[in-house]
This record gives sequence, C-alpha cells and structure tokens, in this order.
Amino acid sequence: MMVWTPDQPLVRLAEVHKSFGAITVLKGVSMAVMKGEVICIIGPSGSGKSTLLRCINALVPIQRGSILVEGQEVNDPKLDKLALRRKVGMVFQQYNLFPHKTALENVMMAPIHVLKRDRGQVEAEALALIRKVRLQGKEHAYPGELSGGQQQRIAIARSLAMNPDVMLFDEVTAALDPETVKDVLVTIRELAEDGMTCMIVTHEMGFAREVADQVYFTDGGVLVEHGPPKQFFASPRDPRTRQFLDQIL
Amino acid sequence: MIQRTDLPVLKPFRLGAAEPFRFSAWHGVALVAALLVAVGIGEAQAAPGTPGIIATILKWTPLLAQGFALNIAMSFLAMAIGTAVGVPLGLAQISLLPPVRASSWFATQFFRNSPWLVLLFYCMLLLPFEVRVGDTIIPLPGWLKSTIGLSLPVMANVSELVRGAVRSIPYGQWEAAESLAMSRRQTLGMIILPQCVKRMTPPWMNLYAILTVATPLTSVVGVSEAMTLTGDILSSEARTDLLVPMYLYLLLWFFLYCYPIARATIALEKRFQVR
Repeated sequence: MMVWTPDQPLVRLAEVHKSFGAITVLKGVSMAVMKGEVICIIGPSGSGKSTLLRCINALVPIQRGSILVEGQEVNDPKLDKLALRRKVGMVFQQYNLFPHKTALENVMMAPIHVLKRDRGQVEAEALALIRKVRLQGKEHAYPGELSGGQQQRIAIARSLAMNPDVMLFDEVTAALDPETVKDVLVTIRELAEDGMTCMIVTHEMGFAREVADQVYFTDGGVLVEHGPPKQFFASPRDPRTRQFLDQIL
Repeated sequence: MIQRTDLPVLKPFRLGAAEPFRFSAWHGVALVAALLVAVGIGEAQAAPGTPGIIATILKWTPLLAQGFALNIAMSFLAMAIGTAVGVPLGLAQISLLPPVRASSWFATQFFRNSPWLVLLFYCMLLLPFEVRVGDTIIPLPGWLKSTIGLSLPVMANVSELVRGAVRSIPYGQWEAAESLAMSRRQTLGMIILPQCVKRMTPPWMNLYAILTVATPLTSVVGVSEAMTLTGDILSSEARTDLLVPMYLYLLLWFFLYCYPIARATIALEKRFQVR
C-alpha cells in the first residue's frame, strides 16, 4: 500500500459513482482536498452533496470509483470502517446529539469508549472544547434544553473530541433559526483558521465566500466547476453555475 | 379556539381503536355497584338460618388471598422469564445476519399469534413433571409449567416491543454514533437501547396488566389459583345465591391490582410525551 504523506491530498475522490437502487446520485465525482484546506460544496437540493460527504466516512457504500483518506481506500470491502471514522469527523444537519446524555457526556462518550482514553484527561479536554464553542455553563444541560444553534455547537465539539484530521459539515445551519446560524458559522470559521481540514456542504453563500479556499458546485451528480471563491462567485464559467447563483444571490 | 377555514386541513390524529384496553375508574365504580346489588339481593333472598353472603365471603377471603398470591407470583415470574428471553429475541430480530433475523422473526410471530390457552395446554402436556440435572431432581409443578406457558406470548410481545422501539429511534442517532467510530454493539448498548427503555416502559407495563388478568386461564389446566379456588369454594358451599357475588368479588381483586398499574402507565405515557 502506498504510504500517505502530508504533501498528498488528505481526501482524494476519483470517479465516484453512487446510486440508490435505480436512482444515480453521483456520476463520477473527482476532487482532491489538501491538508488544512477548507472547501465548500454548493448546489441545488438533490444534487448529491450530502451523499458525497457520507461516502467519505463510509456511512454509505459507493458502487464504483475510489476514495482515499490519507491514502486509505474507502471503497474496499476489507476497510476498517471504525479506523477510518476516527480520522473523519462529521456534523449533521439535524445535530443528532444523544438526547439521554448531557452536553458534556455527549462530547466525552466517543473518546472514552472508542479511543479507550483516560476519563479525567478526556473530561478536561471536553470542557475546553465546550469553552471553545462558547457554551461554558451548559456542560450539564441535556440537548432538549439547548437551542438548535447550541446543540449544533455541542455536536461540533463532540466531533472535535475525537481529534479528527478532517471535518465534514453537512448543511449544519440549514435547520437552525436565523439568529443562531451566526454562532455556528463563527465556530466553523475559527476551526478553519486553526488549520482544520474542512469539507462543508452549505447554502450560506456569504459564508462560503468568506471561509473557503475552494468552492465546488455540484449539479445532477457531477461536479460542474470549482475555483477559489473570488473567481467562482465573480465569474462562474458554466451556465448552470451562473443560473444557480442568479437564483439565490 | 376553533378556527374555521375553507382550506383542506389535516385533522389531529387520534388513536381510537388502536388504544389498548385499560381498566378505568368507571370500571371500578360499575364493579362495586354490581357487587353491592348482588350482595343486597342475595342477603334479602337468603333462607333463614343460613349465614349471610357477606359473612361467607369474608370467611373465604383468606383462602382467596392465597390463590390470588399465586396469580401474582405467576405473573411476576412469567413477566421476568418473558422479558429475559424476549429482549434478546427482539435484538435478534434486528440482527445483521439474515438467518438470525428470519428465525427470531418467525418465533416472535408464532408465539405472538398463538392463543394463550393453546400455549398453556402445550406446556402443560409436553413439559415433564420433573427434570433431572445431574443428581438433583427439579420438580416441575403445574403452576410452574403454566407460568412457562404464559411466558411464551409475553416473550413474543416483548420481542416486538424491542424491535419496534429500536425502529422508532431516528436514524440520525445511528449515523451520529457510527460517524464517531462507535461499533454496532456500542451504538446499540450506549445510544439506542437506553433511549428505547423509556419508550418501552409504558407498553411493557400494559403487557404486564394483560398478563395478570390472563393468569386465571391456568385454572383450566388445574392450577390452584384464585379462579380455581373460587370454583372450589362455590362447590363446597353448594349455594347458588353465592355464585354472582363471589365471582364479582374475585373480579374486584383483579381490578384493585391492575387499576393502579393502568394509572401509572397513563401517567408515564403523558410524561414521556412532553419531551
């Protein structure tokens, strides 16, 4: 097996095909994300953005193509999914916090039970992470007692507690009240500024313009075009991109 | 406030026929009233020289209590066995291995859809009267055999409860746990099942109440529980005027035991609904 070095893409997709039964969702997607890079994926609903992210941590299997995460092939029946997922953090649109556990327990659970780390050390780190997402004082609140934005920030802290190499964000602000969106975006931006590799599916164009190194546009299961945000938003090349941007901006 | 509109609206969904039967306070009132009327009529018609209805009922109450204690013991034990076997069976129903899933599904459906009395007869007739483990002989009295018979449908119902509860947990919970590199076992044990317990408790209590009122079925196979003893009392007294009050009295015992369970179940359901 090829040994991965940091000068190679951290995540590399090549000709990824994915279908659910008769419905083809991804029709040959290729992209490469370097360590420390922040990419935003935008596109109309049903264009396969969320599926793309779910393929990367093997939540859904792909039919054809290759996904390499730090040189490890994800499209491999012998893949150690759990080892892969330790390197890949994911945050969901619906937060998916564990409702029977407090915020702190949510953050501590995976490091203790998956990584088998020392509880005291994990707790200190979890408290620091909760401070980092600016929710100190909410450590012992249950998810039901938190607002959507607060839950989403705890979900980010929960993923970070696993110390992942890349974070996947799947429309993390789509279900939030407008006034809490900003807090979540600030948290993600700080993360990006700290050098975390991020793959962000979003509908927040302003945020994408501000935070992304590369913006990708998907439509109908293919990557139509990508580029640095300035160039992408100012002069999109493909008519489909132009049409999409005209509709929403 | 009722708002009128010409637009098509979705009316709130109501559980009507699907609501399981539960004892309500009105059942108790009706039961006590019927008992009082029956006793009153009996006392008025009593032939001179015979002891009164109330005195006779009170005389037999200690024996009836003994029988009722056996009903409760059988219900406890059948519930314990049924739950202990039903939970793993329910988990087998969501196994990733198709043969395990299929066989546990079949067992669940088989015992869930069999008449309880038929299962009772099968256990009574097929189980030996004693089992030998090494040198020790464990006797299997009739009440124990029928308890095992009652535990079979309980097991199947618990199995369905577990399967349904696991299915009712949003899929996002699985995805979140998986994305945190938790194994399937960890996900089930730490994320899914703890949330299921809360959802399963009210229907599980309901099942217990149903089981308790089903324990008199064992009288048909000759277990000396409250129903059998009531029959014995009536035949030893040989008085037709006792028949109605005595069975109403027995019914009252079951009501007094099951009504608080029904109340507690409703209270729990309401509490869990709020969250």
